[in-house]
Amino acid sequence: MIKYDRFELANGLRVLVHEDASTPMVVVNVLYDVGARDEDPKKTGFAHLFEHLMFGGSINIEDFETPLQLAGGENNAYTTNDFTNYYIQLPAENIETAFWLESDRMLSLAFSEKSLEVQRKVVMEEFKEHYINKPYGDVWFKLRELVYQHHPYRWMTIGSALSHIEDAKLEDVKNFFFKYYRPANAILVVAGKVTSAQARELAEKWFGDIPSGTKYNRQLPQEPQQREARKLVVKALVPLDALYKAYPMAARTEPGYYVADLLTEVLGGGGSSRLHQSLIKEKKLFSQIECYHTGSNDPGLVVIEGKLIKGVSMEEADQAVEEELAKLKAAPISEKELAKVKNKTESAIVFEDMSVMNRANSLAIYELLGDVDMMNTELQKYQAVTAEEMLVASRQIFDPLNSNTLYYYSEK
Amino acid sequence: MSVQTKSLLDRTVPPPIKDAIEFELILPPYQRHALSNGVEVYAIDLGNVDALMVSWIFNAGNSFETKKGVAAAVNSLLKNGTSKRSAFDINEHFEYYGAWLNRHSQHETADLTLHCLNKHVGELLPVVAELITDSVFPQEELDIYKKNAQQRLQVSLKKSDFVAGRLIDAYLYGPDHPYGQYLEATDYQELQREDLTAYYQRYFREGACRILVAGKLPADILSQLEANFGGLAIHAPEKGTALPAPAIIPAVQKKHEVVNDPNGVQGSIRIARNFPNRHHPDFQRVQVLNNVFGGFFGSRLMANIREEKGYTYGIYSYLVNNIQESALVISTEAGKEVCAPAIAEVYKEMDLLREELIDEEELQMARNFAIGTILGDLDGPFHVASRWKSILLNGLDGRYFEEGVRTIKNIGPEELREMARKYLRPEDFFELVVV
Repeated sequence: MIKYDRFELANGLRVLVHEDASTPMVVVNVLYDVGARDEDPKKTGFAHLFEHLMFGGSINIEDFETPLQLAGGENNAYTTNDFTNYYIQLPAENIETAFWLESDRMLSLAFSEKSLEVQRKVVMEEFKEHYINKPYGDVWFKLRELVYQHHPYRWMTIGSALSHIEDAKLEDVKNFFFKYYRPANAILVVAGKVTSAQARELAEKWFGDIPSGTKYNRQLPQEPQQREARKLVVKALVPLDALYKAYPMAARTEPGYYVADLLTEVLGGGGSSRLHQSLIKEKKLFSQIECYHTGSNDPGLVVIEGKLIKGVSMEEADQAVEEELAKLKAAPISEKELAKVKNKTESAIVFEDMSVMNRANSLAIYELLGDVDMMNTELQKYQAVTAEEMLVASRQIFDPLNSNTLYYYSEK
Repeated sequence: MSVQTKSLLDRTVPPPIKDAIEFELILPPYQRHALSNGVEVYAIDLGNVDALMVSWIFNAGNSFETKKGVAAAVNSLLKNGTSKRSAFDINEHFEYYGAWLNRHSQHETADLTLHCLNKHVGELLPVVAELITDSVFPQEELDIYKKNAQQRLQVSLKKSDFVAGRLIDAYLYGPDHPYGQYLEATDYQELQREDLTAYYQRYFREGACRILVAGKLPADILSQLEANFGGLAIHAPEKGTALPAPAIIPAVQKKHEVVNDPNGVQGSIRIARNFPNRHHPDFQRVQVLNNVFGGFFGSRLMANIREEKGYTYGIYSYLVNNIQESALVISTEAGKEVCAPAIAEVYKEMDLLREELIDEEELQMARNFAIGTILGDLDGPFHVASRWKSILLNGLDGRYFEEGVRTIKNIGPEELREMARKYLRPEDFFELVVV
């Protein structure tokens, strides 16, 4: 049971405090309700580029890193399709440094031309390092475009093209900041060796006078129910043929999310999972195969991806995956298999929650999802899933008309 | 109209901080126990979550092998079959109880590490014991391993960072040294089941082992370990017996350029020199120097080459965690067209550290950052266990940790410049770019 205190400042900033006196550290986590899905299709990659600019100096503080490191702190940030999250961990005695830094960059950035110029280059190198200079690096660009024809999950957080990053203007940066980076769109979590009273006082002191801003009301084009099997064939200079299959699933807050999560465990979670056992060990068609889901706030994807053994044909490999899916759709999984995936989930939650940083991060995300109490009710939701529900969900998710298949061939 | 009095917040003034020097850092101790067969258990009882980790650390890394790839293959296939259970049964057993049993093979040691909830540990320890005494390495499992490992290697070899990592180790230690050697597809092809079973018999079944256990430990954990492992043929590493330390023969040529992918858009840059191990008095001093140089986000390499020039997404320097001999490595991926200026800037930063004294504020920052990191790192049983693991495997004791903290707190600019003059000379470094 993770305890927390929740309150809101007058400017709309939501604050969560989680006390844990057993650690000498505190974590200050600020989540902004903006991600790549909120971008203009002609200016993709901007939310992530913007995250870099948050370290380029704020209105009263020229340099973010130096004072934090002087206080013995470390920090990082990440951008997803759904949100952007910043976190600082530092010795509890120096907690106020984190409030000072985070509140000043919420108040206003310095909007330095130099910072924009450098970070454009840095992000372009990041793009090259992860998506161009790697075998199979472009898979997700193609897969997202195949599945999402309307919803902005169509593009990656890094952006759909280097040119979008290259073309980013300081004016765009300012507009983005004042639209999204306001207290009304932010969640502050303070966790670790801190009292709720202390956190409240510091939050009022440092964040209380920041203008609220306008609450952003997200209205994104939704993806209609897919009703056709889609297929894409690609050839590239990679050593092995690879097969990818993606299936739209339930959104993060829907009951179907938990069912889909457990289904991915049945298929691809570990050495005793069905795909691993059948396709790597018994039929020897794949050297590697995984099943996972993207876990996004809006409806995400269940993905099966594998690299084929040399000499195996794509059709044969695909057929074998289909046979495993057919078995899943034909009969309920056994009590033992159901207990296994639930036990795995229980362990995963316990181990993840051991770190204060993870707890702070999870609290922010659940608050974003609209119910911070999910922090303590997730496990029950997994426990309540039945084999029958999994059977029904498997038939919906793995319906051929809900499938997106990518044959990624090694070019000879 | 009266003006409301409100205390104005001056946001230009940083809040006061408590300085690193004032933090007291204590590495929580372990309790040591010996099982009946002499195997030592290092127990760290910490934390407030009913979960634990057990590591069985064998002297079975690739330094002991006589045929390339055997150590890693044995370690990987330990859980792929006993005389009673198939690979599937074993995987299913651990997964049913929500446990992870990971295997890692390093140069000197190879370990099995279990993470699980306390309530299930009784179901899991007997099966770990079975793996240590009765793994049979089925031919079919070996065949799958060989084929799949070769396929993975084929993909990895397309990545410039992977290729660069292999080559720089070979330059530093020589291609025949366990630290410098790397596997080709043919090495996998030549693995025979007999190689594996012989290695397993000698280095696992009857091998030298230590057990590290950490978490909120159940009251009977030691008796459970005794019951499951105290009667096995494993033994404690023999006192006074040194680990293998074969001759290190670095490459003669210092500069290397490799074209791995003619279409590559980035170069993987590695600049590295040999460096003494943790027993050398300079090791912990150079760790502080390294913090200033390239050890974290606020370091000079990052500030200059990423934050000023934008040549890369990231650049770091570090001391390699090797037992026999370490290395000081600078590592980055940079745009193909900016590799040369990026490398020039690395050397410039070395020059500056050799020529000029680090100013007090920068040193204070590096110091406080290092102390803050250790403080955060002492949080929780698994972090503490991994610190102890490194100390114990390097043949050190708790004084090494205390000395490290003292060094961070007390080292001055002159001493750091002396270290830079000794260890940051460009002519001593290998330089490699793989595109």
